[in-house]
Amino acid sequence: MADFKEQVLDILEEVCENDIVKENPDVKIFEEGILDSFGTVNLLVEIEDKLGIPVSISEFDREEWATPNLIINKLAEMK
Amino acid sequence: MIPYATFLYFFILAILLIPSIIAGLNGKSFKTYNAVITIVFLALIFYNKPPQAISLIIFVIWQIIVIKAYLPIRKKNNPTSIFYLAVALSIIPLVIVKFAPYFKSLSMVGFLGISYLTFKAVQMIIDIRDGQLKEVSVYRFLRFLLFFPTFTSGPIDRYRRFEKDINHTPTQEEYRELLYRGINRIIQGFLYKFIIGYLINQHILMSEYLKHDTFLSIVIYMYAYSMYLFFDFAGYSNFAIGVSYILGIKSPENFNKPFISRNIKDFWNRWHMTLSFWFRDYIFMRFVFTMTKKKVIKNRYTISYIGIFLNFFVMGLWHGPYLHYIVYGLLHTLYFISFDIFERKNKKHKFWPDNKFMHVVSVVITFNFVCFSFLIFSGRLFT
Repeated sequence: MADFKEQVLDILEEVCENDIVKENPDVKIFEEGILDSFGTVNLLVEIEDKLGIPVSISEFDREEWATPNLIINKLAEMK
Repeated sequence: MIPYATFLYFFILAILLIPSIIAGLNGKSFKTYNAVITIVFLALIFYNKPPQAISLIIFVIWQIIVIKAYLPIRKKNNPTSIFYLAVALSIIPLVIVKFAPYFKSLSMVGFLGISYLTFKAVQMIIDIRDGQLKEVSVYRFLRFLLFFPTFTSGPIDRYRRFEKDINHTPTQEEYRELLYRGINRIIQGFLYKFIIGYLINQHILMSEYLKHDTFLSIVIYMYAYSMYLFFDFAGYSNFAIGVSYILGIKSPENFNKPFISRNIKDFWNRWHMTLSFWFRDYIFMRFVFTMTKKKVIKNRYTISYIGIFLNFFVMGLWHGPYLHYIVYGLLHTLYFISFDIFERKNKKHKFWPDNKFMHVVSVVITFNFVCFSFLIFSGRLFT
């Protein structure tokens, strides 16, 4: 699990181009303008490529996937 | 009858909402009653417009056929071509209606609200495509599609969100809160649409001075028209959201103080939000996703820019097949891409200081760019 968490955070750090996602995994990445819709698409592509979890765009609800921690939990559920 | 436009409409609305309010305050479900009043309101809107009523009925049957035909195909396998076909079939009625002004024989087609119904129908097809929606009954489909408070001009809700609300009967306490907020929104709607919007229209936009095309009159027109657009549409949205709340549905917000946006990206997160988010989720993101995965285009920024162009071009065209709407779409494409480049450069070099003063400067600049785009949108420069 710790490994998985680290992997997701690495992906997030890369697409957000911001290490705040690791410093504060409860940061609201959309509200704070850290991730925009273009970044979101890259996130979904990376998740599928690196973790092998396909997430469709309609599945990605910004409220349910609002913070790095929420994203980790969501993905762990889907694994 | 046009919704939220006459005293009579509000009077009928108030009376028909009484049973919903009583049920809600007692913590009871009022789903069936609300479905019935939807029919009453559709009858009120269309009773004196038979061609529109017929168009609506044909449209609805058409959309049911498309969805019902697509569901079983999608369940067996998931061919991309069939998905695009389903989307095309769902959009065809709207396209015909939008281009109808160019053809005399089509002058009778169309009805108030067709755009917004099409948005809702198309997003359901996309949800089915993504496997988020496995079953849709005709009743649920119609209940969502025809929900009367937002029928004519949105806000554009999402099916799964709407279903969540409708299947949850608010407790007495929750309902009291909803009712309170709903009434507040309706009062705000009156203030926006019938007082501020009306005054701007009557005393500025229609004034004798603005009829002449001088530089100053056009500048005044530009700001006044922008304000009018906001107060009129935000006023309408307040009514639609307020009435939804009273029916126990938390329709999504459409405006969030758009004129204090600090840049154009921020603006599109605050202006006509349900439309902007619809385009973002169903056009921009899906385009970028497909292109990135298929690796048709290598440069990710090129993909993004084409996506932005598609997004705003289609949005402009959706308003109508007229030059000023297309230019409006192209202008926002230009704004958006320019800002994106600026934002990336600034991330590296930090030449735009992050302080209160510069924040105000950003807001003022954004506001003026936005107002100019509304001047284009108004069509005044194109006649």
